[in-house]
Amino acid sequence: MSTATEHPTYNYRVVRQFAIMTVVWGIVGMAVGVLIAAQLVWPALNFDTPWLTYGRIRPLHTNAVIFAFGGCALFATSYYVVQRTCQVRLFSDALASFTFWGWQAVIVSAIITLPMGLTSSKEYAELEWPIDILIALVWIAYGIVFLGTVKLRKTSHIYVGNWFYMAFIITVAVLHIVNSLAIPVSAFKSYSVYPGAVDAMVQWWYGHNAVGFFLTAGFLGMMYYFVPKQAERPIYSYRLSIVHFWALIATYIWAGGHHLHYSALPDWTQSVAMVMSIILLAPSWGGMINGMMTLSGAWHKLRTDPILRFLVVSLSFYGMSTFEGPMMSIKTVNALSHNTDWTVGHVHAGALGWVAMISIGAIYHMIPRLWGKAQMYSVGLINVHFWLATIGTVLYICAMWVNGILQGLMWRAVNEDGTLTYSFVEALAASHPGYFVRWMGGAFFLTGMLLMAFNTWQTVRKGSRAPAADTAAQPA
Amino acid sequence: MSAFWSAWVTVITLAVILGCAWLLFQTRKSEAYKESTSETVGHEYDGIAEYDNPLPRWWFQLFVATVIFGLGYLALYPGLGNFQGLLGWSSHGQWEEEMQHAEEVYKPVFAKYAALSVEDLQKPENQAGLQMGQRMFQNNCSVCHGTGGTGAYGFPNLTDNDWLYGGEPDTIKQTIVNGRNGGMPAWGAVLGEEGVRDVASYVLSLSGREVDQEAAARGETQFQALCTACHGQDGKGMHALGAPNLTDDIWLYGGSFEQVAHTLRQGRNGVMPAQKDLLSDDKIHLIAAYVYSLSQN
Repeated sequence: MSTATEHPTYNYRVVRQFAIMTVVWGIVGMAVGVLIAAQLVWPALNFDTPWLTYGRIRPLHTNAVIFAFGGCALFATSYYVVQRTCQVRLFSDALASFTFWGWQAVIVSAIITLPMGLTSSKEYAELEWPIDILIALVWIAYGIVFLGTVKLRKTSHIYVGNWFYMAFIITVAVLHIVNSLAIPVSAFKSYSVYPGAVDAMVQWWYGHNAVGFFLTAGFLGMMYYFVPKQAERPIYSYRLSIVHFWALIATYIWAGGHHLHYSALPDWTQSVAMVMSIILLAPSWGGMINGMMTLSGAWHKLRTDPILRFLVVSLSFYGMSTFEGPMMSIKTVNALSHNTDWTVGHVHAGALGWVAMISIGAIYHMIPRLWGKAQMYSVGLINVHFWLATIGTVLYICAMWVNGILQGLMWRAVNEDGTLTYSFVEALAASHPGYFVRWMGGAFFLTGMLLMAFNTWQTVRKGSRAPAADTAAQPA
Repeated sequence: MSAFWSAWVTVITLAVILGCAWLLFQTRKSEAYKESTSETVGHEYDGIAEYDNPLPRWWFQLFVATVIFGLGYLALYPGLGNFQGLLGWSSHGQWEEEMQHAEEVYKPVFAKYAALSVEDLQKPENQAGLQMGQRMFQNNCSVCHGTGGTGAYGFPNLTDNDWLYGGEPDTIKQTIVNGRNGGMPAWGAVLGEEGVRDVASYVLSLSGREVDQEAAARGETQFQALCTACHGQDGKGMHALGAPNLTDDIWLYGGSFEQVAHTLRQGRNGVMPAQKDLLSDDKIHLIAAYVYSLSQN
């Protein structure tokens, strides 16, 4: 194993910047989420203010948690992982710095324009064309930095974590650019170049692969480094990682059509999307197995290490939501679940349980190493955070399962004369308790993030309360 | 789609599925260990080594099962380009089947009441039919007329026995089947602002409201010249044209002085959409019976 003296000086500056902003944007994005969840329970909470209305700040929530929180976590960890596993400094410090400031500019623009009601109206791609261009530039710079660093590597092979990061970076560039093609009519308004059903298909090809490549492949890259590192165990199976990597990226790209079952999309497109979604189950689970089995021989560490708990529980939620996804893509199931809160619950099983939890675990792993401290300021607070996050996620997804199935059944119920048994508003009234529980779950999760911010602040400022141990800490 | 694109879709779809299966079998065939191993593959990255454990058997079988399911599904259902699948299923076909099924199940339920007159449907023994009418009203009409049929601004109250086009069973049915277009022309340009306020005063006086008598007297002259063609000399309206009765203090667009003046100045356009292409005759019959019942107490 390499010793500290052999390491080149890594660029940790940009990693530190992104790590801190992960926590900051996590709090902002989740706070907006808790607010809109509260608006669904108490509608008066938009205070009759246009820029606080649900329709405008819901996209702010999704953009902030996916691209600001998730994005910063991916930037931070990928820059950290690629340097350490390739044993070489980032390809270009200047470009890396551009990706940081550029990405923050994108996020700030989103925070300003979305509440103003400026939107392209494409879900998860709401930002208007000038911001889209900036995203494309930042992303290309990101690709150059990451691929350039891999090219310069001192190791013979490319580590599996980096395969996933590369697939994520390359595919997201393609998805973003193709889906955002639009004709501008003014500085802040543009229209998609695609017509009708084609636009819907392109949008969900993008939308589902934002899940597949941004929220899955990218975070699997994270998983492949931080789980073995934190557990101090070798990866379970190299050959499993090969099969599940290639099968995952080959089938995911087809699955988007399952968002448009029973729509104007041609039947063949819907069938192919459903078939690929079901075949996606095993490749998705390959990553969970490789992560979970890596812990064999290290399970006892879960008793004392809350960071490892975050990582392992995130894999459980990953396994659960990647089972749920293929099931929901089956047309018969989709006929019940579509447009209900079940979908919202499914997304959050992935977003809170998988994406956020693995990011939180990874950030807790990195922070002390990035600032040359022995460990986080308070391990006890990490533990409290873990339980808040887990309970919050479970409350959230259970509430949405109940609501989703309730809505699906109420919407399809008919009387003996064929008329609908329930009006829409009756199903809405029946969902009210679930919305309250969901809001509570979100509030739990957000509270955990506030503890994380405090813990991070104290670690960076003061260091841990434990005496410094010998670690891989090595400030640049 | 053209033969080229059909072939293209077929080839790349099968290539992806079979390619995954091929990779799975190749990887399994080359397994160095059949049981779990503690040998690493030799690479090491930042201290992370990798074992080369065999693919878990249950996972391998799950993967194979999903591939078989996928190929089977694509054989039975449309998916591979223009190939329609062995079952001949299509989403449009499924819709037609469901519609036909609904027709078979529900038609007799409605036919039973279609034979009865709207008046007969008011009898207690036909309560169930009226209830069906009420449900359809909730689903189709309540957005504008309110869940209780009491209307809203611009949408008539159906419970007050004040009818724009008449409240006889056949007229109600006619309104639902073909819809209505109510037009009140804008008189602002003709009357001028003072004229508008004079006529508004007169119109309000018809309902016994307290108004400026002088203005109302001036307005009466204008009213007799311009408004009686539709609203009648006595201002009691005309069912044939859907012109409202102005003497009963019931107001479709609000009865404040300013609202009435606004109606005179700008005119109004009321639309009741025709339901004949959306609902069957039997259904409209029951909805008409329900609407009729609303003003029968």
